[in-house]
Amino acid sequence: MDTRVFGGTSQAGAAQSSEAIGISLVINGRRRDFVIEPWVTLLDLLREQEHLTGTKKGCDHGQCGACTVLVDGKRINSCLALAVARDGAQVTTIEGLACEGLAEGHGLHPLQQAFVDHDALQCGYCTPGQICSAQGLINEGHARSRDEVRESMSGNLCRCGAYTNIAAAVMEVLEKADTR
Amino acid sequence: MNRFSYVRAAGVAEAVREGSARQVRFLAGGTNLVDLMKENVERPQRLVDINRLPLHKIDDLEGGGLRLGALVTNADTAYDPRVERRYPLLASAILAGASPQLRNAATNGGNLNQRTRCYYFYDPATACNKRQPGSGCGAIGGVNRIHAILGASDQCIATHPSDMCVALAALDAQVRVTGPDADRVIAFSEYHRLPGDQPWRDNDLRPGELVTAIDLPAEDFSSHYTYLKLRDRLSYAFALVSVAVAMRLDGERITEVRVALGGVAHKPWRSPVAESGLAGEKASQANFLAAAHVLTEGAVGQGGNDFKIELARRAIVRALKQAANGTPQSQTDKRVF
Repeated sequence: MDTRVFGGTSQAGAAQSSEAIGISLVINGRRRDFVIEPWVTLLDLLREQEHLTGTKKGCDHGQCGACTVLVDGKRINSCLALAVARDGAQVTTIEGLACEGLAEGHGLHPLQQAFVDHDALQCGYCTPGQICSAQGLINEGHARSRDEVRESMSGNLCRCGAYTNIAAAVMEVLEKADTR
Repeated sequence: MNRFSYVRAAGVAEAVREGSARQVRFLAGGTNLVDLMKENVERPQRLVDINRLPLHKIDDLEGGGLRLGALVTNADTAYDPRVERRYPLLASAILAGASPQLRNAATNGGNLNQRTRCYYFYDPATACNKRQPGSGCGAIGGVNRIHAILGASDQCIATHPSDMCVALAALDAQVRVTGPDADRVIAFSEYHRLPGDQPWRDNDLRPGELVTAIDLPAEDFSSHYTYLKLRDRLSYAFALVSVAVAMRLDGERITEVRVALGGVAHKPWRSPVAESGLAGEKASQANFLAAAHVLTEGAVGQGGNDFKIELARRAIVRALKQAANGTPQSQTDKRVF
């Protein structure tokens, strides 16, 4: 068991107080134990304690989707999730998807490769959230058409406006997943 | 965010006991509460996490209805095969709201109890009688494009932001509640309230009370319905005006109709007079327009939202047509027919 609390400057890394609570999460396939204050969001825990900085803090209010991760296979906004309330959950971040790609011998996860092939980003800040959201969309199995993909990706804003190519990248992976 | 203590309730009785104390909030999906805490609008001293309570199921009711557990997520509710087939109006309204990420976390009980998205309520630097009783209302005479045109008071012109609740109002759902005294069942029309001179009260819940389920009656209106939502962008935005219609037809004549409006008042807005006025009448443009005028009787604009009065009337007529024609609004293809 690997129990760690990082001292630090942020809320997430604040020294242990009397309110701190022990939880464990499976993050990208590895069990991790924490003693954290109840006000630490899942986003801050991933970034500040696990140093998984692929998950981005955009608006921090559930409006932009940059913080999207998969919890028990479902996409959520990690900025609005208190980590203590997710005790026992399996969390997958963009780093976890990337490792899946490597393990399967692709080098990149199919969604990562499709985003590169379709030029589905400019600055890249929203991309980890877009890709985790797209994986959630595929897991859900409700979206089929391009219109449905666009609607189902509306929780992820892209200020560079790469939406057309994002939809194309997601469509390509979705169609491959369908014919598998 | 302020500092607070946290307890995970193991059972409903423990949750109610913990929740009866002052300055305590129940935590379910957290999608609205955590955000409000980040904004310092909510500053609870203690959170009671209710996510482990056994309220995660959707059950068939004897006689044909459906019981939606308070902790079932909005997404799981909208995609439940029974809800999709029997209550497509509810599924449609849920999918018109928020984003997939939020619907995966937000719960049914939380959807009912979410707070207004009035900008002044969210900004502690401004006056808001809902956030700080007696401080005034910044929205009256301020920026009020998203605010109420019906049932507002001189102390608060906030709207209830939910899409799901507009459909629940049209379906005559019932809210099941437990609390320190006794279990209660509240008719949906009585659950949310108008601001009056107590705008800090959004609903009929008493201290310590907890929503456990939402019951849908057997009458599902699955053949003639629509949820029409009009907003500033095509997805992931709150309604300026929305209309839920549930209708039964006998040939060209309406036997029963329910119309609930969202985005226009402190609660989903219905008019028994408008609805009974349509019963027995032909499903025609003239009758729909007359009903729209009855529904919006007494509507008052605040300057920035004057457009909503005419928009609401047109949306009502269009939604009644969609329901009568059996062509409900698609939440994917946003064209309005």
